[in-house]
Amino acid sequence: MEKRILIAGFGGQGVLLMGQLLSKAGMHENMQVCWMPSYGPEMRGGEANCGVVLADEPIGSPLVTEPDVAILMNRPSLDKFEPSIAPGGTLLYNSSLIDAEPSRTDIKVYDVPCNDIAVKIGNARVANMVMLGAFNALTELLPAESLLEALRETLGSGKEHLIPVNQQALAAGAESVV
Amino acid sequence: MAKLLMKGNEAIAEAAIRAGCRCFFGYPITPQNQIPEYMSKRMPQVGGTFLQAESEVSAINMVYGASGAGARVMTSSSGPGVSLKQEGISYLAGAQLPCVIVNIMRGGPGLGSIQPSQGDYYQATRGGGHGDYRLPVLAPSSVGEAVELTRKAFDLADKYRTPVIVLGDGMIGQMMEPVELPDDGESAREPESKPWAARGWDGSSPRAIINSLYIDPSVLEQHNLALQRKFAEIEKAETSFASERVEDADLVIAAYGTMARIARSAIRMARAEGLKVGMIRPVTLWPFPSEPFAQAARTAKAFLTVEMSAGQMVDDVRLAVAGRKPVHFYGRTGGMVPTVRDVLSRIKEAV
Repeated sequence: MEKRILIAGFGGQGVLLMGQLLSKAGMHENMQVCWMPSYGPEMRGGEANCGVVLADEPIGSPLVTEPDVAILMNRPSLDKFEPSIAPGGTLLYNSSLIDAEPSRTDIKVYDVPCNDIAVKIGNARVANMVMLGAFNALTELLPAESLLEALRETLGSGKEHLIPVNQQALAAGAESVV
Repeated sequence: MAKLLMKGNEAIAEAAIRAGCRCFFGYPITPQNQIPEYMSKRMPQVGGTFLQAESEVSAINMVYGASGAGARVMTSSSGPGVSLKQEGISYLAGAQLPCVIVNIMRGGPGLGSIQPSQGDYYQATRGGGHGDYRLPVLAPSSVGEAVELTRKAFDLADKYRTPVIVLGDGMIGQMMEPVELPDDGESAREPESKPWAARGWDGSSPRAIINSLYIDPSVLEQHNLALQRKFAEIEKAETSFASERVEDADLVIAAYGTMARIARSAIRMARAEGLKVGMIRPVTLWPFPSEPFAQAARTAKAFLTVEMSAGQMVDDVRLAVAGRKPVHFYGRTGGMVPTVRDVLSRIKEAV
């Protein structure tokens, strides 16, 4: 098993964090993991993306150039990365912010209105967790508990009070696609 | 011990601290900034010294001073900054001072780009500065190996009284992978006794003098011969490489660092198509592992060197293969990274 996942959006949407959570959750499952960010003269509001590889044997290339799964959080990401998805792959896109329809017919496409769902929950900032919940429900790559554990580790004790709303976001995202 | 998910740059910095490094001098440059950033936070916690110098030139000369006084010391930079350090590195080599220099390579020449590259291979493996010297160069291909090799770099530096280079590229600096950090405490690895270090004279022993100036050419030649004997010793004892599926390979790929990871993915695809491809991955770039290439030249039909450069390590592969088999080359420059597909199609051309 080797899954190559690309997560892209604009800086501030938490796309790098999403990738780190997937990586940490993969470690909980004793997978080989690798997280690779785009880096450059970047800023809040600019482009941000990261690749995550989850595998059960030592990982080759750390770069995700033909993702099995692409999680695209804004319109520029859709334009840029939809063509790169491996045939037969999966695209999840944030339909709250993306007003276009993906055009590929050789991949599975799921629209997740991440921001709308997050606002309904009461915290617009958990849109990324809504998407992760949807991703996880669709791919069944990682147990939901591992993802939550990864979140706990990352937030630490100082931000423990944020766990419930994030947990809610993960669940709402999962519900939105099943 | 539990594994941690760490960025390459941070893992190198923590590995240095756990190897007993207590002095860090540097100047910011992308894509290695997390090393000084991490050191600025951690060094005060372990009673060490972090100092952001006013330039790379002063940073490397601070390394000279700290090393001369017997400290385990490190600096880090990327291409343009490492070029600025070369005068100091030559002095360190001449004065036989141990230290670790990390170069997280970016696209060049000049200011170039901040994206990953392997264009500093020549500079690292041929000494880099003026005069006849070589430095051990260690090239990790995963974050976990970056931890191991950083630790090893300090040990080699002290063992042979030489600067040691850890050579990575922007990818290894920026990516995160699980690492297991050596758990021998933060102060367990004190630098071994260094009778040559200038720590203040109490009259009981000859004065320790840290110097690379020898006015009398016959004396300097003796010094050079001693250095050459040391380099020969390092070549004999410290050469390191990893090989994958070379035994039955028609085509042997030569790649180091993260480039070897990309090559590994391409080799898996080639093998799935029935092509017999293997890889020799130099872990020490100097001393270069010529022997496994010479051996493989007996059984393989051809070699393919893949680099993020216009072709630098390929020279060493050709010296090792010595004309017995063709050595092909594929590379990208400027911060462009060869894709798995690119490498696979070059494999098919070369097989």
